[in-house]
Amino acid sequence: MADVSLDNVFKTFGKTEVIHGISCDIQDGEFIVILGPSGCGKSTLLRMIAGLETITKGDVSIDGTVVNRLEPADRDVAMVFQNYALYPHMTVFKNMAYGLKIRKMPKAEIKRRVEDAARILEITEFLDRKPKQLSGGQRQRVAMGRCIVREPKIFLFDEPLSNLDAKLRVQMRLEIRKLQETLKITSIYVTHDQVEAMTLGDRMIVMDNGYAAQIGTPLDVYERPATRFVAGFIGSPAMNFLTAVVSADGRQVHLHRDISLTLQNGGLPGHGGQKIIMGVRPEHFVLGQAADAMLHLDLDHVEILGSDTLAYGHLGQDKTQVTLRLPSVYHFKKNTVLHLDIPSKNLHFFNTDTGQRIEMQA
Amino acid sequence: MEKRVIFKHKLLPYILVAPQIVITLLFFIWPASQAVYQSVLQEDAFGLSRTFVGLANFAYIFTDETYLRSIYVTIIFSCSVTAIAMSVSLLLASMADRAIRGATTYKTLIIWPYAVAPAVAGVLWYFLFNPTIGIVALYLKIYGYEWNHSLNGGQAMFLVVITAAWREISYNFLFFLAGLQAIPKPFLEAASIDGASPFRRFWTITFPLLSPTTFFLIVMNVVYAFFDTFGVIHVITDGGPNYATNIMVFKVYHDGFLSLDLGGSAAQSVILMIIVISLTVVQFRYIERKVYY
Amino acid sequence: MVEHRPWLTFLTHAILIFGMLLLVIPIYVTFVASSHSLDEITAHFSLLPGTQLVENYTSALSVGPRDVGATVGTMMLNSLIMALGITLGKIFISLLAAYAIVYFKFRFRMFFFWLIFITLMLPVEVRILPTYKVAADLKILDSYPGLILPLIASATATFLFRQFFMTVPDELCEAVKIDGGGPIRFFFDILLPMSRTSIAALFVILFIYGWNQYLWPLLITTDESYYTLLIGIKRMLDVGEGQAEWQIIMASTILAMIPPILIVIFMQKQFVKGMTETEK
Repeated sequence: MADVSLDNVFKTFGKTEVIHGISCDIQDGEFIVILGPSGCGKSTLLRMIAGLETITKGDVSIDGTVVNRLEPADRDVAMVFQNYALYPHMTVFKNMAYGLKIRKMPKAEIKRRVEDAARILEITEFLDRKPKQLSGGQRQRVAMGRCIVREPKIFLFDEPLSNLDAKLRVQMRLEIRKLQETLKITSIYVTHDQVEAMTLGDRMIVMDNGYAAQIGTPLDVYERPATRFVAGFIGSPAMNFLTAVVSADGRQVHLHRDISLTLQNGGLPGHGGQKIIMGVRPEHFVLGQAADAMLHLDLDHVEILGSDTLAYGHLGQDKTQVTLRLPSVYHFKKNTVLHLDIPSKNLHFFNTDTGQRIEMQA
Repeated sequence: MEKRVIFKHKLLPYILVAPQIVITLLFFIWPASQAVYQSVLQEDAFGLSRTFVGLANFAYIFTDETYLRSIYVTIIFSCSVTAIAMSVSLLLASMADRAIRGATTYKTLIIWPYAVAPAVAGVLWYFLFNPTIGIVALYLKIYGYEWNHSLNGGQAMFLVVITAAWREISYNFLFFLAGLQAIPKPFLEAASIDGASPFRRFWTITFPLLSPTTFFLIVMNVVYAFFDTFGVIHVITDGGPNYATNIMVFKVYHDGFLSLDLGGSAAQSVILMIIVISLTVVQFRYIERKVYY
Repeated sequence: MVEHRPWLTFLTHAILIFGMLLLVIPIYVTFVASSHSLDEITAHFSLLPGTQLVENYTSALSVGPRDVGATVGTMMLNSLIMALGITLGKIFISLLAAYAIVYFKFRFRMFFFWLIFITLMLPVEVRILPTYKVAADLKILDSYPGLILPLIASATATFLFRQFFMTVPDELCEAVKIDGGGPIRFFFDILLPMSRTSIAALFVILFIYGWNQYLWPLLITTDESYYTLLIGIKRMLDVGEGQAEWQIIMASTILAMIPPILIVIFMQKQFVKGMTETEK
């Protein structure tokens, strides 16, 4: 077990810089998820921690020692690859034992560890099979087993569930979390799936184009997204973004000439007169009364999902598209007008140019 | 194409390529450059004196009656071998592709002559057509046709062509059959529903779609006829009678080893090199085209 | 597809059977001849097997043909040593070279690659005299290294292995790195076992190639004890005005065909794979 620290880490491939200085301290036993769309550099970051990519600038430390120049083998890490990377010509047992054999561990100890891991992962009956004879889920378990037997300082996961079907993914997700809680090994997990990130991680690093847009607990990221990118990436359906202008005193925002929202809390006193972006999550709209509602939405289309209802409509003169999610079932007719309220605490504001979050006063 | 993941090691890669590179330099690059070098020298058979003669060796061989004859013989030989081996094997392969019953048996029995060395093939056919004891020669005599390929140049050419083609049929068959089996069935099914007969289907659908294989095989057959048939010639005719089967590769050997004409032999080697290189280029062009198909 | 053309089906099989006979007859005749005595062959040849089969083969293998100075047994052994030497040598040096070129970055990497590629364009036939001279200078005429070494550089085998290595997922190499292995471990524990089918396919076609070598052994062997079987057969035929020992020649010819033919028949899958993949 170990803590890991990234100190202003950069990565350049040829002339293009793909990681632009990331710093993060990962506690001993913590489960950290690196989340981001494809091409954001999340796998590169993980591979730098593993030692599969060199570090262009900055330091990666494990247990306080800088490991930049150590080979993967000397960092005491284990990794689950996206395609599992099981050695095709070796049995499951040999696949799991291989790393231990290289480290010249006594045979009896290898056997004990492999069998223990197999028991935990419920793959004992497959130990003599070759990877080709296993299903996707079983291969996934073997890949995990190969990590467990090593009893490494750190587990690294590179999109380990992306090759599984939806149902199996949910099941394996739970098992990975349970396993990590039992073994208490520091884990770093790369994914593009926000549900995995929300459910697995103690904390997550949301990556945007080689930058760490936000580092925080899942709830933190959901409730107080640090940038417009994070706000839009986390949550499904995605957050609605509306352009708005803050009133001179900062107590109101004007969406259009005809729509104004009065903020019930301290408002945005420092930003009077500025153009900003307002974000509202679809699930945060509340149905209100015609007379005093904040917004009036012209309904275009409705999807009833059983547990809740998705409604799509447009606002005001420039017909800004808005999605909302309402708990339980509603049978709206087309072309009706919905009257909506939004509690001020559920409004998010972002700088139009930088996309940085703007906090309201309490 | 490059691997993303590589090993870093200063010395190891050089150690790994060393055996291949040493062999290549010693037995391929050095001798080939020697051939080029000697092709512009005049050297007496004892190696006592050499003089630079420029392209004189080339000029000489291109005026040499026997060399021109040899080029002509080579062209006749390789065209005939290619034509016979290709057409017979295409016929057999399309039949084997049709045959539902016994297809694997046919395949096995047709491909194995490829394992027979050209020189051994030469012995087999030489024995059949041997003027004094060959069974085919004897039957021909019974029907009034005098067979003696050691005297009759045309007969000698016929025999070496048949022998060389005989062995190459297996090779072509294998590739034609693979090509035929790779043709998507829906094309043929559509043609069949359109009312095309099997023969029509073959000429209008199968044969055009097979053209990449056909082209590849033409190149390979020419290469084979040029360079791999030395054994056939050496066993059956020794280039004779009267140079009738003196193909270029055989002539290089003969002039270099038996007549010890170093400059001339080297010049011939250089010409052969140019031929191989152009055939290789043609072949790789074809592969590139196939990739972008 | 429904196709009801009985005459066409008949024709199909007729042509195939005819083609097969055409391919088989020369070998059958040779086999029959190898079971007759010389008298029977030269005077009244019958297309039915004779009674001298065992005598002819035993005499070829143990006594040997007249005027050649080595038994067919010795010559077969020489052919086998040459074929195996060429096959294993080619596979060995090509595996190593392909591994270096695919899995390492080093100075002159592409230069070496092209150097190996060029060998494709330089068959023995086009550089025969100078190559002979190199062999003479190295004093490997009339020796096994002389029969084997000049033929073991192989662009095709190197390319085949390179092709195969490129399809091996990068993650396997990374997994080995994380498991604590280096380049040598990766080669022996992962790459080599994974290359088994490619090696088997190459083995088959290279063995046939090696066994069937003719021009090179012809050039560099003058000592009978290094004759390969094919060279021996040619020497048996070269009797000038004398009577060739046809019964021995025919037996030797059959013996010369048996190893490669057996390999093609019993390793047909690897043979077909080797043929189609190396020629691409």
